[in-house]
Amino acid sequence: MLITCPYCGPRDVIEFTYQGDGNRERPQPPSQDLDAWNAYVYDRLNPAGDHNEIWQHSGGCRAHLRVVRNTITHEILSTAFARGGHKSADNRAEGRS
Amino acid sequence: MSPRRTETGGRIDRLRTIRFTFDGAPYTGHAGDTLASALLASGVTLFGRSFKYHRPRGLLAAGVEEPNALVTVLRGEVREPNIPATMVEIYDGLVAVSQNRTPSLAWDIGALNQLGGKILSAGFYYKTFMGPVIGPLKGTRFWMFCEHFIRRAAGLGKAGTAPDPARYERMNAFCDVLVVGSGPAGLMAAKAAADQGVRVILADLEAHFGGSANWSGESIDGMPAADWAQRMAAQLAGNDNVRLLPRTTVWGYYDGNTLAALERVTDHKEVAAKGEPRQRYWAIRAGKVVLATGSFERPLVFPGNDRPGVMLAHAAERYVNEYGVLPGQRVALFTNNDSAYRSAVALKKAGAAVVAIIDVRSDVSNEMRRLASDAEAELLAGHAVVATEGGKALTGLKVQRFDAVSGSLSGDERSVHADSLLMSGGWSPTIHLASQAGAKAEWDSSRQAFLPPKPTQRWIGAGAFTGSFSTAEAIAEGRAAGLQAAGGAALSAPLPVVEAVPGDPDPAPVFEIRAKGKSFVDFQHDVTAEDVRLAHREGFVSVEHLKRYTTLGMATDQGKNSNVPGLAIMAEALGKPIPEVGTTRFRPPYTAVSIGSLAAERFGDLKPERLTPMHDWHIANGARMYSAGLWYRPMIYGLPGETVEQAYVREAKATRDSAGIVDVSTLGKIAVQGPDAAEFLDRVYTNMFSTLAVGKARYGLMLREDGLAFDDGTTWRLGEQDFLMTTTTANAGKVMQHLEYFLDVIWPELKVTVTSVTDEWAGAAIGGPNARAILASCVTGTAVDNATLPFMGIVHGRIAGVPVMICRLSFSGEMAFEVYSGAGYGTRVWEALIEAGKPFGLVTYGLEALGTMRIEKGHVTGAEIDGRTTARDLHLDWMLSKKKPFIGSAMMDREGLIAPDRLELVGLIALDNRALNGGGHIVEALDEVNPHDSLGHITACCYSPALGKYIALALVKGGRARHGTRAFVSDPLRNRFGPVEIVSNHFYDPDGSRMHG
Repeated sequence: MLITCPYCGPRDVIEFTYQGDGNRERPQPPSQDLDAWNAYVYDRLNPAGDHNEIWQHSGGCRAHLRVVRNTITHEILSTAFARGGHKSADNRAEGRS
Repeated sequence: MSPRRTETGGRIDRLRTIRFTFDGAPYTGHAGDTLASALLASGVTLFGRSFKYHRPRGLLAAGVEEPNALVTVLRGEVREPNIPATMVEIYDGLVAVSQNRTPSLAWDIGALNQLGGKILSAGFYYKTFMGPVIGPLKGTRFWMFCEHFIRRAAGLGKAGTAPDPARYERMNAFCDVLVVGSGPAGLMAAKAAADQGVRVILADLEAHFGGSANWSGESIDGMPAADWAQRMAAQLAGNDNVRLLPRTTVWGYYDGNTLAALERVTDHKEVAAKGEPRQRYWAIRAGKVVLATGSFERPLVFPGNDRPGVMLAHAAERYVNEYGVLPGQRVALFTNNDSAYRSAVALKKAGAAVVAIIDVRSDVSNEMRRLASDAEAELLAGHAVVATEGGKALTGLKVQRFDAVSGSLSGDERSVHADSLLMSGGWSPTIHLASQAGAKAEWDSSRQAFLPPKPTQRWIGAGAFTGSFSTAEAIAEGRAAGLQAAGGAALSAPLPVVEAVPGDPDPAPVFEIRAKGKSFVDFQHDVTAEDVRLAHREGFVSVEHLKRYTTLGMATDQGKNSNVPGLAIMAEALGKPIPEVGTTRFRPPYTAVSIGSLAAERFGDLKPERLTPMHDWHIANGARMYSAGLWYRPMIYGLPGETVEQAYVREAKATRDSAGIVDVSTLGKIAVQGPDAAEFLDRVYTNMFSTLAVGKARYGLMLREDGLAFDDGTTWRLGEQDFLMTTTTANAGKVMQHLEYFLDVIWPELKVTVTSVTDEWAGAAIGGPNARAILASCVTGTAVDNATLPFMGIVHGRIAGVPVMICRLSFSGEMAFEVYSGAGYGTRVWEALIEAGKPFGLVTYGLEALGTMRIEKGHVTGAEIDGRTTARDLHLDWMLSKKKPFIGSAMMDREGLIAPDRLELVGLIALDNRALNGGGHIVEALDEVNPHDSLGHITACCYSPALGKYIALALVKGGRARHGTRAFVSDPLRNRFGPVEIVSNHFYDPDGSRMHG
């Protein structure tokens, strides 16, 4: 698997660390909504197909990336910096359908 | 010259004789021989005993797919089992032995299994070894009892027990075009791609490039095909943009056009050249891949088809044309297709008598009839072989009339006298890599074969791999594939001209001749046609179930010969066409891969290690080192004759009596800097850091998002926007990643940077009643008295001229200081402290004493922060701020995390004055025979010099409520039972008067 880091270019997957499902939404820190926290901490999408994931380029620039990966073919469809929010607006719709 | 060696021909060097042994007997061969060809030339017919029935077996094939002739190669103490003799290149001094026989190949006691052949059918073990419902051998216990004996009787070679002294290498390679297979198609593809100027790798599992050109007897561009192949390979070798990898098996096709290959660098050499590894693992990332992997000839399934002397037709052609060895003097052929006729001609040309060609088809073309008469062979069209005769070598066969459409036999049996029977059941493209790459193979009913799927990754097929079995097609497809892969335009230049024996590539759809006797489908696992039908009768309809029940295709050859015949027989039993039965998906590896090549350099000396700046000092001063992750840390500084316990007790006691010093450079250190650093720490830690004054440190606790404890450590405020965080040694990397994640993904608005500075600082912790006096005697530029340096205060000064940062904090419970200096000056500062400590009897102490003193104080570490405990469980709830949210604050109060029966941190004192063990369980009532009802377990234990007792920390249900009560330790694995008292985890100086001093 090759992941194209926006800083470093295409790099082998061994340089990256998987940091989980990118569809989760972290409740606001003071929130006491346990269901929302529960969903954030424990619920993970497990799609057979395109999946929105967070990866860290831990063996490189250490940036976190939002990676759309097909879980069947392992094709990487897009990569972008994850900075700027836990869940991007365009993935929101497909995320929890 | 041996009787079977031809006078001329082949690419062996008849002038060079090579000596080797097989089963202890000396043999000779020639340079260029494989173990198989050399033994065959010496008249050996018996190469192995079969897996289950111990039937005598000879060579079936000449290449990587050989299922019978598996040998063990010995090199000194190292044995490598299950290598096909066809893939062993001989060298002087080679020692090979046969397998699965007792006491010898010729006289094998296991052959008695053949008498029980009727009951040793598919599923025999499943059925027989289900034990009785009750009793000592109930259920699978009976199998476990018998397994030992069965495994000895059935099987392959034995693995060695000696460590493998060989060196293995891993290489990463990148290319625009990887060509797998170097037959005419692969050579053309590599050449065409190379001519476009792109980076090309050509890999072939054989020692010599050329594939079928080496033995086809055809001519290309007016020269023998083998010479043409050699010329092509030489041309390629001259190109800077081409890397040639002979003896290299591409065994895995992974995502993103990443392929794995194994190069056997020195397995064929008597002595490896200096620096050469035994094998090299190649991870190849290819822009495009050309798959020119050729095809396998299939055996026909008929009674006695496994007798030594029965061989695949092309294999015989290979032995004759490539190695100059005749597999027999009187040769018969049995075929369902045209390709065997070429083999007949080749055998005849080499000097064998071709006694008969038995063809299941009644209408044989005139061209083939002509070839049969060229070979002076009697053509028995519309016939089939129904039996073979002979023991350790073939003596003859029986033939009957056969109707290819109905599969029925008729007429009288007729005997044919022959010492070699060559069979051809059609050809199966070698689609393994394409299948691994992701797609499903497609059945082609005219070729009677699975053709490669449509590519799901960036590969292009060429030659026999695509079902184009003629060399002319291979050459055309190869060039086209090479051009396409390199992005070049089609060429109009003429293609090399091939002169070849003609032939129809489509076989008759006949896979099996049903007659009385064992007809083998999978030679290596001894699976017969009847086994396949039995599996069907017993209800196995899925091909995957069939595979598992009969073990068809599950031997080391992974069914290279047997897959299609097995499926065909299954399909017939099911009354379904083959494509509806399906095929199995091939998975890596294509052939066996040594574990050594996968590990390559990543073990032993080449494992990375992290050393603290004072490492050499520790070694020079008698430290016994621990490895902690990648770090090496002193365990004890033992004196001569001291045990580990004596050493750490002495070190801890001396520290509490006077002073001790320990290297703490391994602690994780993270610089947290920026305008929002304090706010960030407030969110990360459970307690407040924004209120921390500059020049002070505070102990902090982090939780995970789920509310469980994560890590602890002190964080020092060096400036308004500048913090130095310390973490536990083990969690340094995890904490760093945790912080980075939140800054990058969750809170990008915070203006904070985090930098790992673990390796920039050397740290020494000096503690004990005299610690302050020692510091005072060597520190310049600052006072270290209580007013200047209060508990948790930080000062800057110099030791031996080196700038240092000193924080007064304590892990040992004593008055203690952590002294940090630039890593490069660590030893200098350390030595200055040691020198200053001499008048005070300062001791160096290691991890054991450190652990002892922290247990005495009841401090937690990774053993207690084990991913299951909460802050409350560890009595750290005083650190949970109610004034602010922090990571984990929302989840930490969930029902299960505040339940009264959770495991809580307590102290234990052994009442029988014997050592306790980590992991031992705590129980209310002792039952040594049937231990039950664990209350919890011991996390850390030691002998406490301060208390004069064996103590431990433990996580126990209801914890604090049990203080002052008795319980028992129950540790049946180590046979340690005994009474303990449950006490507070703060054993020593609970009010902290010593460290606050």
